[in-house]
Amino acid sequence: MMANKVLDFLDKSKLELGPPGTAAAHHWRQAEDDGIVWLVLDCPDSPVNIVSEEVLTGLDAALRKLAETVPRALVIRSAKPGGFAAGADIDSFDRISGESAIRLLEQGHAVLDRLEALPCPTIAVIHGAALGAGFEIALACDHRIAIDGAKFAFPEVNLGLHPGLGGTFRLTGLIDPVEAMTLMLTGKSAHTQKAKKLGIVDIVTQERHVRAAVGAVVDGKIDPPAKGLKARAFALRKLRSLAAARMRAEAEKKAPPAHFPAPYALIDLWEIHGNDPEAMQKAEIASFAGLLDSETSRNLRRVFFLRRSLKKDGGGDDGISHVHVIGAGEMGAGIAGWAAIRGKRVTLGDISPEALARAIRQVAQICRDSHLNSIETRDALDRLMPDPKGYGYAGADLVIEAVPEDADLKAKIHREAGARMKPGAILATNTSSLALAELAKSVPDPARFAGLHFFNPVAKMQLVEIVSHDRTAPDTADRLAAFCASIDRLPAALRDYPGFLVNRALTPYLMEAMVLMDEGVPKVVIDRAALDFGMPMGPVTLADQVGLDICLDVAESLKSALDKPMPDISPRLREKVEAGETGKKAGRGFYDWSNGAPHPQATEAGPEDLQDRLILPMLDACMECLRMNVVRNADQVDGAMIFATGFAPFRGGPMHYARTRGFDRIRDRLAELADRHGERFRPDPGWDE
Amino acid sequence: MTRAVYLVDGARTPFLKARGKPGPFTPVDLAVQCGRPLLARQPFGADLIELVILGCVNVIADEMNPARVAALRLGLPDSTVAFSVQINCGSGMQSIDTALRYIREGSHDIILAGGTEALSHAPLVLRREAVEWLGSLNNARDVVTRAKAMAGFRPQFLKPVIGLERGLTDPVTALNMGQTAEILAHRFGIDRATADAYALDSHQRLTQAQEQGWLEDEVMPAFDRDGNAYPQDDGVRPDSDMQGLAKPKPAFEPPYGKVTAGNASQITDGASWTILASEQAVERHGLSPLARIVDSEWAALDPSVMGLGPVFSTTPLLRRQGLSCGDIDLWEINEAFAAQVLACLAAWQDADFCHEVLGLEQPFGRIDRDRLNVDGGAISLGHPVGTSGNRIVLHLANAMRRLGHRRGIATECIGGGQGGAMLLEAV
Repeated sequence: MMANKVLDFLDKSKLELGPPGTAAAHHWRQAEDDGIVWLVLDCPDSPVNIVSEEVLTGLDAALRKLAETVPRALVIRSAKPGGFAAGADIDSFDRISGESAIRLLEQGHAVLDRLEALPCPTIAVIHGAALGAGFEIALACDHRIAIDGAKFAFPEVNLGLHPGLGGTFRLTGLIDPVEAMTLMLTGKSAHTQKAKKLGIVDIVTQERHVRAAVGAVVDGKIDPPAKGLKARAFALRKLRSLAAARMRAEAEKKAPPAHFPAPYALIDLWEIHGNDPEAMQKAEIASFAGLLDSETSRNLRRVFFLRRSLKKDGGGDDGISHVHVIGAGEMGAGIAGWAAIRGKRVTLGDISPEALARAIRQVAQICRDSHLNSIETRDALDRLMPDPKGYGYAGADLVIEAVPEDADLKAKIHREAGARMKPGAILATNTSSLALAELAKSVPDPARFAGLHFFNPVAKMQLVEIVSHDRTAPDTADRLAAFCASIDRLPAALRDYPGFLVNRALTPYLMEAMVLMDEGVPKVVIDRAALDFGMPMGPVTLADQVGLDICLDVAESLKSALDKPMPDISPRLREKVEAGETGKKAGRGFYDWSNGAPHPQATEAGPEDLQDRLILPMLDACMECLRMNVVRNADQVDGAMIFATGFAPFRGGPMHYARTRGFDRIRDRLAELADRHGERFRPDPGWDE
Repeated sequence: MTRAVYLVDGARTPFLKARGKPGPFTPVDLAVQCGRPLLARQPFGADLIELVILGCVNVIADEMNPARVAALRLGLPDSTVAFSVQINCGSGMQSIDTALRYIREGSHDIILAGGTEALSHAPLVLRREAVEWLGSLNNARDVVTRAKAMAGFRPQFLKPVIGLERGLTDPVTALNMGQTAEILAHRFGIDRATADAYALDSHQRLTQAQEQGWLEDEVMPAFDRDGNAYPQDDGVRPDSDMQGLAKPKPAFEPPYGKVTAGNASQITDGASWTILASEQAVERHGLSPLARIVDSEWAALDPSVMGLGPVFSTTPLLRRQGLSCGDIDLWEINEAFAAQVLACLAAWQDADFCHEVLGLEQPFGRIDRDRLNVDGGAISLGHPVGTSGNRIVLHLANAMRRLGHRRGIATECIGGGQGGAMLLEAV
């Protein structure tokens, strides 16, 4: 149809890039129009701009020429439809350290100083994301024009760093320093309207008005953002110290200084140098170079690469536009809602209208939590059709079964699904504990059957385990991985194994916590030990969060399926489940959840080997999975454990942590624990290889 | 030889009684709620729908041309044309009639035709004086004129006009719809007890239909964002009895009138869709039609007796088809008012009326209550005005199929003095 082509046609000249340019320097195109020079960043062979060393040298070369014949104005923007620039070249960070890092940083700073010093108006036009070093280039310009939808962020803190190309002093100099520090300390994005409100951008407009907006800036027809009283007050060291103390207290809640040095380095920078940009610039360079070498930053960068590598596994085309989810419980609703939010057409099947209604309320809440606006929320909910009659089976490209963990019930549903699905569609089960090989027996088309194990809550937990049994076609696993990527989740393709990877590794950790409780160690002491290691929550809290009934299910199925001895299932766990105190969802488990999540504060020190008794069985299970080829390699283990469980990210993942501590030491310590506490600690043979 | 046109499928929301505040769904929300499952159960993709026509009387400001908004929200392609139609209480049938003509003419093969109405969302309208006052306040450029304008405020400005009340009042005769029913009750001698008995029947029939699961494929449960499911029509009163129905005072012409809230249709929200297809489309996609749409007719008469619309539209339609009253196995006459339906039946049996007004030599005939509104109607279900015409055609097709009947008529009276009728034949 002609009508379907109209937008494609009109989109062809979407970005206003000035007149056709010539290659000015590596990665940059340059053109001049009416005395205004347009310098356009266009990194070759990449869908996004990365601010690499070449980009900065290219910019430097262009700026040197412009300093000789100064134009009326300089416009800097990106040629990539996706956005301005995604930040620095993180891959290169591993290659630089110490003195060489300082030298490189100084060179980079000199380029942006040159941009700042150019005697004509300099204007950054920003569409999409300007992150990290991209944001810093924009900050070195006199003016910023944001295209509606633009967003700005300094995500460096997530890599154990702070801004390193002048962001610390330029942003605190431009806007309310407390707001600037908050952006840098949290890594959160300032979306267009917020950026305007904060004074990051001078103008917000649409792509079609870029030329006119540039003209208005050049002609001096715009009012620069006003600088508030507050900003001036922070020129006083005393006031900065007061604010800094508050920031430190806030940071400690989420990132203890022992594990996360960067936020504190950043706060120090501003507290000491906040009234002296030159000194702050020098200090920023030294501080950044120091952080670059830190173990934390190395490991957090590793996490970044692990995410990229998991994402890459989902690189293909999923061929899935319609998903039918069976079972409107918390997981089914979470999966259906998330897929609908990410653009899939979803039918959610359940015979109970009440369950479907609760599911819709749950998804509406996810929309609110994800900050969707009213139109986005309406569209997501329109794409999600409650389906009490199961009309969705016939058209679905993927059917995800998410009913309770009952093998007979699942088998019955799989048979029904098989009969109603269209040829070529994939059937996936969200089981967390049942053996795929067993379930595959009642499936009409085993080649198109696999596990698709989401974690709770789906909207927050990024990992999805894709579990293949012996007869799963490789194409099926690939499409499921691509499906995960297309709904912004990270796929981990695994082989069928009791507990798969994540539950196999977590269960001994959770069970050992219960053994410890039975030994008389207070739950808060146990949880504190795990928190001190860097886990996002302690094992007792986690068990409550997962649901004690599910923990019991998984523990029992693992205990019977594995040769390796597991901790005995605590009678207290059974009692809790029988009493209906199943954890967070019931309002009470080991903790009382009626007033929100618990905040365990240790009242006493636990046994000397407490932390190892919790963590090492988890590492041992990971090693077992690796040895049994459940996973592809150690990196996949680390990525999966970090993105499914939040395993202390600054430690780089369980296998990386084990390697850092030494495989032989891990093995010896496990052997020691086995002698002391029982065979469940006996080290896996994998440590010897 | 004209092309045959089939009603292949249809679905509606439960009809939800307006309870004094805006209900959970806007007109387009309602259309989406029942449109999604209807499209999901078709053996063809939604992109094969060539045109969307939607009847709606009270369009809300956020949903101008609700047909187009609904089409896009249902995931139909950008390139699908969609328009809305409005002929008051006949709008939902007007959409079917328009679709019928497009397909018969040969320009289209598959059309989605519906009706939607959220009477609980009918706006509160500011009084004209209040609007003028706001305008003068807006235009005041300086403090003095502003103060002057402020001083012009009168407390009655705060008293809004209920849009719904205005909508149910005939703008030409200034008669409320209920009053037009009073006129018919008087003229055709329908007393209060007969009207109440008719209403009681309506509730009992709908109750039975719900209990027997006869509405299973027709009514799609609706779900709101607050976690509520609406499985079925909620205005029905299974425990209704004659004593209860005798209680309410006349709603429109107290104290002597006969029309009460109990024997009038309910104010309700709801939507309904039908899918029409050509014979070629039926063959190509292997569809199994519910019925063939044979013919349709619209008629107009004095607004003060609008309730006789079914008589004026149905009579010429049957005459054109060479059919008589006895050839029709099943009737759906929209229950705007019990007295109004009963007046239509009386008129058709009145030899003088049939002779002098309809030009018939013999009385048209008697429509047995067993063949009329067999599963209840607007008195028990409610009457979302833009939807009802669609619902009665869809339900007629479903009921004909269930009961094995050959021919059926769906017909309604239309505020403003009109009537619409449609003839279906089993396939």
